[in-house]
Amino acid sequence: MTGYILRRLLMTVPVMAVVALFVFSLLYVAPGDPAAIIAGEQATPAEMQRIRASLGLDQPFVPRFARWAWNAVQGDLGVSVFSATPVSEMIVQRIPPTLSLMVLTLLISIVVAVPVGVVAAANQGGWIDRLFMSAAVLGFSLPVFVVGYLLAYLFALQLGWLPVQGYRPPSGGVWEYLSRLILPALALSGGYIALIARIARSAMLEVLSQDYIRTARAKGVARQVILFVHALRNATLPIVSIIGIGVATLISGAVVTETVFGIPGLGRLVVDALLRRDYPVIQGVVLVFSFTYVLVNLAIDLAYTLLDPRIRY
Amino acid sequence: MTATAPDGEGFAIAPDLPPLIAEPPRRGRVATFVRRHPTIVLGAALLGLMVLIAVCAPWLGTGDPQALSPAKRIRAPSAEFWFGTDSLGRDVYSRVIYGARTSLLVGIVVALAATVAGVAVGLVSGFVRWLDPIVMRVIDGLMAIPSVLIAIALLGIARGSVVNVIVAITLAEFPRVARLVRGVVLSLREQPYVDAALACGSGGGRIMLRHILPNALDPIIVQATYIGASAVIAEAVLSFIGVGTPPTVPSWGNIMAEGRALWQVKPYIVFFPAVFLCITVLGVNLLGDGLRDMLDPRVAKRA
Amino acid sequence: MAALLEVENLRTHFATRNGVVRAVDGLSFHVDAGETVAIVGESGCGKSVTSLSILRLVDQPPARIAGQIRFGGRNLAALGEAEMRDLRGNEIGMIFQEPMTSLNPLLTIGRQIAEPVMLHQGLDRVAARARALEMLTLVGIPAPERRLDDYPHQLSGGMRQRAMIAMALACNPKILVADEPTTALDVTIQAQIIDLMRDLQRRTGSAIILITHDLGVVAEMAARVVVMYAGRKVEEADVATIFTDPRHPYTRGLLGAVPRPGSRGTNTRLAEIPGSVPSLIKPLVGCAFAGRCPKAGDICRRAAPAWREVGPGHGAACHFAAGAA
Repeated sequence: MTGYILRRLLMTVPVMAVVALFVFSLLYVAPGDPAAIIAGEQATPAEMQRIRASLGLDQPFVPRFARWAWNAVQGDLGVSVFSATPVSEMIVQRIPPTLSLMVLTLLISIVVAVPVGVVAAANQGGWIDRLFMSAAVLGFSLPVFVVGYLLAYLFALQLGWLPVQGYRPPSGGVWEYLSRLILPALALSGGYIALIARIARSAMLEVLSQDYIRTARAKGVARQVILFVHALRNATLPIVSIIGIGVATLISGAVVTETVFGIPGLGRLVVDALLRRDYPVIQGVVLVFSFTYVLVNLAIDLAYTLLDPRIRY
Repeated sequence: MTATAPDGEGFAIAPDLPPLIAEPPRRGRVATFVRRHPTIVLGAALLGLMVLIAVCAPWLGTGDPQALSPAKRIRAPSAEFWFGTDSLGRDVYSRVIYGARTSLLVGIVVALAATVAGVAVGLVSGFVRWLDPIVMRVIDGLMAIPSVLIAIALLGIARGSVVNVIVAITLAEFPRVARLVRGVVLSLREQPYVDAALACGSGGGRIMLRHILPNALDPIIVQATYIGASAVIAEAVLSFIGVGTPPTVPSWGNIMAEGRALWQVKPYIVFFPAVFLCITVLGVNLLGDGLRDMLDPRVAKRA
Repeated sequence: MAALLEVENLRTHFATRNGVVRAVDGLSFHVDAGETVAIVGESGCGKSVTSLSILRLVDQPPARIAGQIRFGGRNLAALGEAEMRDLRGNEIGMIFQEPMTSLNPLLTIGRQIAEPVMLHQGLDRVAARARALEMLTLVGIPAPERRLDDYPHQLSGGMRQRAMIAMALACNPKILVADEPTTALDVTIQAQIIDLMRDLQRRTGSAIILITHDLGVVAEMAARVVVMYAGRKVEEADVATIFTDPRHPYTRGLLGAVPRPGSRGTNTRLAEIPGSVPSLIKPLVGCAFAGRCPKAGDICRRAAPAWREVGPGHGAACHFAAGAA
């Protein structure tokens, strides 16, 4: 067991290395000279040279990458070209809104999608199944920002039930905090619900065709118990793993959602940085998001071992 | 119960039992196809409609999508401007209709490019054993970066243009195909007929073309369709956040981006391109679902 | 005395993409209390569908079941789903062919055996667990206390089938439906399971419907035999008569396909029945077996033979059944 955890941990190292390499190469090939930006307009060539040397910009690719990666591991993601603040500081500031949005989306999605998938599978081919699966195709097809505008128009502008946009930290009151997250989280959960519900349905169908389900029926077990105890447990693995894989979609969606709802999170940070060509910030955010994704999936893989007694490593 | 046979030999004949379930009526081939694969038909129809709109854009009552008329800024939809005008006085209807060209172009080109790149990388990875672990780690790494962020990162170093958008989205999408193709190659490589072909002296390239690719074709087609849908969305997203196609090339994403500032007061600027975008993506997704059900009988049995 | 279970004119049809499959089409038989009746036939003859139809474990739709299944004065075919659930695993137990896949991999053996007991007899968790332990001991699983908390993958195939039997018998059912209980097992394990089932039947007095294609198992266990072909009963008799005086050519074919102990030399070669089972999608004209029957005459291709008695408790559906072998 410990051996498996160690091996699984080691497996994430090359993945993270590739991510880091990709992110670093961006800066390497990016047009413009960070030294020139830092030094300012009036810098002399000598000053520029000094700054370049201090940043290690005069060195070849490999040592530069090694140094950058070493700093990144220690939490030093460089300095924003635009505001001269450390990137890690900027990122830490922006985490709470994004994390709140994603966690709420995750909760809504799982709570809605799993029962939808189970019920659809239980009524395979029936009208409920068709209705749910048509809704799922729609969920896939409506881009996050379209759903976002639709919800904001309906519930904020027309009905006035919820604020149109913005973010308040939870310290300012729970409702102030939650009310601004509900619409973005709903918008973001559309595609995610569709994804999870479809996988949940097909996993349930696979499980429901198994012999042990017939055995349970032959024992006189009630339908609901078969669905939610005998079958859902066995379908958990693919469902949990799609939840992990879907986090990538969730992150992509969060970038857009934050733009629509004016939430000052990591997504907004990276979009603003992009418009200003603030490469260290872009790099930092991409790195943080990607590592989050890798770590979430690592955690899920490790959780499998608890879910399935057959997995013994 | 005992009946006498017509030839009078005294055989006992079992009674005929009436049918329990009525036999389904026989239908023609087209009717059968429509009945079995309604999603393909609906998806293809929606997509076909959009292609038609894109191709016929100049003849659909459109004007110049770039023409500015500062005097007629921010007009609501009317007989003159069907979808209204934007903050620069451009005709939103013309821009949305011409925008179909951008979106479909990006969708189709990315689907093709990502498929070609993915198939190439997947085949090499599947066949060249020493390369496989290296290629797969790179693919894993790329797939660990959320696709919009890959595109954002790439567009950070190259200005937004249709070509750059296509390249950026393709790079984000091709790993899926590469994974898929490699998986098929690995499972097929163990098949007796591939062994037999090898034993008969067929070269690797020949085996790929004659034996592996035809078998991988169905899932690749389905995947390519889904990638097309993702690409249309991705283009819209990138243009929406301001790093995609430049405003000189109307696309549904950048029309919406321009309408963003005004959306609370003039929602129609955002609304019309959104409807077209959704219909297109829906059509492609339906087509993909239908193809998957048709090409993968294991799934079809359940769906 | 009325029969414990009486199946009359059972018909189970499935609607499929390619047409309606008449899996079982007009089957009648009965089972007396404590009796073992074997239903025999090739795969695809409808014997498994018969067993599933009795417990109504086929989904309707796409299937449709018609006919009468009388059990304890009630017609199971007309029973509500809730009443049917009360019967399943309680008065009628069932075991399946594949012990590997028939147990839920994520639940412990103890929990799976205790489940019907809690459900049908209202025992609490502790009492049901005690009953599960008792059942595991009864079916001869070594170290049963330890096995209670094991998962199915930790047991061998034979042990799993014993656990299945323990589960099916946990509520003392009046009938045990055993669908190919030994087919998936090694030969030595097969013998053990047959011994176990015979032993348990003696002790509990439950009747057994044994679905099998293995005539060796039939000879060891069954009192009466129903031979099925293409969804219909083609012959029925007590076990001795079936082996000594089969009247239907299909039954003879089946017997000819079994290696007999003691036969030597050139005769050891297995006879086989030429041809294959007809499609059940097209309505059959004439006798279903006519295409493979060495004795088939004109009449067989034109008209399906009716059931006829050829001796006490012995009948066959063949135009030429009267003629001795």
